[in-house]
Amino acid sequence: MISQTTPSVFKRVLPQLVILAVVLACNLAVFPGFFALSVHDGRVFGNLVDVLNRGAPVALLCIGMTLVIATRGIDLSVGAVMAIAGAVAASVLAGGQGWGTALLGALAAGLLCGLWNGVLVAVLRIQPIVATLVLMVAGRGIAQLITEGTILTFLDPGMIRLGAGTVLGLPTPIWIWIGLGALVITVVRRSALGMLIEAIGINEAASRLAGINSRVLLICVYGVTGFCAALAGVIVAADIKGADANNAGLWLELDAILAVVIGGNSLLGGRFSILASLLGALIIQSVNAFILLSGLPPEFNLIIKAVLILAILVIQSPKVGHALYMLRAGGLPLGGRTKARSPLTSKEEKAQ
Amino acid sequence: MSVPIRPLLHARGISKFFPGAVALDAVELKLNPGEVHALLGENGAGKSTLIKCLTGAYRRDGGTVTLDGQDVSPASTNEAQALGIGTVYQEVNLLPNLTVAENLFLGRQMTRFGLVRRRAMNARARAVLEDYGLSIDPAEPLTSYSVAVQQVVAIARAVEMSGKVLILDEPTASLDRDEVQLVFGVIRRLKARGLAIVFVTHFLDQVFEICDRATILRNGRVVGERLLEAVRPDDIVTLMLGRQLEARVQARRSGPGGEVLVELEGLGRRGMLEPVSLSIRAGEVVGLAGLLGSGRTELATLLFGAVAADSGTVRKRGRALRLARPRDAIAARFALCPEDRKTHGIVADLSVRDNILLALQARQGWMRPVPRARVNEIAEHYRRALDIRAASLDMPIRLLSGGNQQKALLARWLATRPDLLILDEPTRGIDVGAHAEIIALIERLREEGMALLIASSELEELVAYSSRVVVLRDRRQVGALEGSRITPDNIIGAIAAQTPQTPQEVPA
Repeated sequence: MISQTTPSVFKRVLPQLVILAVVLACNLAVFPGFFALSVHDGRVFGNLVDVLNRGAPVALLCIGMTLVIATRGIDLSVGAVMAIAGAVAASVLAGGQGWGTALLGALAAGLLCGLWNGVLVAVLRIQPIVATLVLMVAGRGIAQLITEGTILTFLDPGMIRLGAGTVLGLPTPIWIWIGLGALVITVVRRSALGMLIEAIGINEAASRLAGINSRVLLICVYGVTGFCAALAGVIVAADIKGADANNAGLWLELDAILAVVIGGNSLLGGRFSILASLLGALIIQSVNAFILLSGLPPEFNLIIKAVLILAILVIQSPKVGHALYMLRAGGLPLGGRTKARSPLTSKEEKAQ
Repeated sequence: MSVPIRPLLHARGISKFFPGAVALDAVELKLNPGEVHALLGENGAGKSTLIKCLTGAYRRDGGTVTLDGQDVSPASTNEAQALGIGTVYQEVNLLPNLTVAENLFLGRQMTRFGLVRRRAMNARARAVLEDYGLSIDPAEPLTSYSVAVQQVVAIARAVEMSGKVLILDEPTASLDRDEVQLVFGVIRRLKARGLAIVFVTHFLDQVFEICDRATILRNGRVVGERLLEAVRPDDIVTLMLGRQLEARVQARRSGPGGEVLVELEGLGRRGMLEPVSLSIRAGEVVGLAGLLGSGRTELATLLFGAVAADSGTVRKRGRALRLARPRDAIAARFALCPEDRKTHGIVADLSVRDNILLALQARQGWMRPVPRARVNEIAEHYRRALDIRAASLDMPIRLLSGGNQQKALLARWLATRPDLLILDEPTRGIDVGAHAEIIALIERLREEGMALLIASSELEELVAYSSRVVVLRDRRQVGALEGSRITPDNIIGAIAAQTPQTPQEVPA
């Protein structure tokens, strides 16, 4: 079932588009050449391309993360799964196999990790944050076992092309995340999957009574997330031509969750938009670019990022939105008795 | 009851708009001290909205409220409480894990040097509750008492904090007969103390028992204010519905029905329900009677596979079924509208349309989405057939009134074309109009040859549509009534009898 038509999709992602535009405008302000593009050897170069390219891992992660969060879950293990996938790919290559086998092995490992999480959550009924914490902690250990504690490098040109190659003038990772994103969005919205996932996230008891196989659906959703994480892990490994069990994907699970939140998806589950999450991932990457270009000392980076993200979240807060609405309507935001009415805020709706 | 000249609370011209809808249109409500005032109307008539405007949960869009002659506009429920307007809701709004005393004084605990004076608080709580005719230990957690006692604690808390106007929003909806009397006793005491009390309920007999005056709403407007001694129930119902309601519950009891469709043989689960045997024919309604906690809901739950039974078999047309999950039951073309709409029925944030579609889509699997056009056709069909009142089928179902939510849930299951429809309290907490419509629907489905198993605490209702009534008590089947022996008195007799009054075996 297609529960969204084109205009409503646009309305849904409008806040994310506006924020992205503002962040990009800030980039332009500190670096006037930000939008400049040039072509060398059939490849497009420029900061915008870099944002799309560097944003690929978080964009891939947030595709699966959006689905998991829509079911009222969360997956903390995606960063560690990236490390495992990279390690598997590198060790398969080190064993003399081709890049295709390495890719398949890495994806299978990611899928397996995701299914493991899914079983813990859906069958054993462990809270998602705890269930995935297990693999978050253990995952890097597993990756280190696979690489035997070293950074396992490789020179396979096929594998490297996945992270650093060019297809139709643009870096391969861009095509990969846009392709997977489009595929998942299409499958989820053209089939009934999206609605069933939302139903589970909103009210699992009622969904089960309505005949939804919530157990299988949950396992699948975690499986998809593991798959996305593996793809991200392969891209990162291919980019640095090696598997770094300690640092690949480190803290990226938090960026992925952040992208989903900036995308306006509620951590309480329910209605979701993958497109909005992908825009969230681009916003995060644009903020990263801004910090680099602003020329501030690197020790400020994390603080600036935190401040910018706080600002984005504050702007999105329903309370602030309400207050802004009231101000615009000429009334006092609090306590004043005005004739202007805000649109039904979420708080009012909840009171129903 | 003498009529005081000045009302304690007077709301005039109250209006409230929602996007695309006028929820309240210049509504007037006059509450006199020492009077119990019923607020009546169908679901969606505006009762809840009006109450929320009075208690500060909503801001009104127009009109004035005077309390004791002063204009007031509470911006929050806390402010309303401070002004003297307290509210008690259907679902007890307390913290079950805290003690009775803590609940009573939550937010204004007695302290000394910043520390809670537990002993003093318990003593005070005991004194307060004794005023309400409750002698319970306030140091016990709230959950150790029945819902009725919890409800009285909620009332006590509201009155202690506010003390002028008490709004009771369906306080008796989940109480049984004796418990209702307990709450009514409390209401009478408070009335004698001069409080103005608003009583919202769907039970008309309760209105006539406890209330002095009634304001009737329809479609967001006041259609009448009546002194209850001077009117008959039918007049009130006519006002609420805006049409003369012919014979409220038509007693056209079903005949013997057709072939035996479903047989239960010793279906039970340890600690939940002792083995029950019964059979249901196509085209008949089997009623399940019993008090709350008697095992009615448990039987429905086991039969639908929501909880797996550990004994007995269920056969459909002679073939044994394995019912370990709701999906098994749905595959056998069973359907269940559960008792608790909010937690087990609706998926609150999904649209009315998706809620109607949910069971059908779940059965088809995610790979085969029901085509958009077909979805619209199904949703439109049931919107018209069941008269589901929603501004749009795209709005979240949580915005609908209780009766309309219930109809949407019925639509969800009817869309799957079930052979056996299990209804657990299908008319609880919904208004008279929707009530009559649902009963008519039950009749229609039965005539079309569907088998129905209906658990209800409304005896007249059970008597009206059942061809057989199975009586449960203390999680045991204690009797069955058939044909002309199905009367409210006989059912009550069977429920109340110490030993099964007619230890007759249920025909299998």
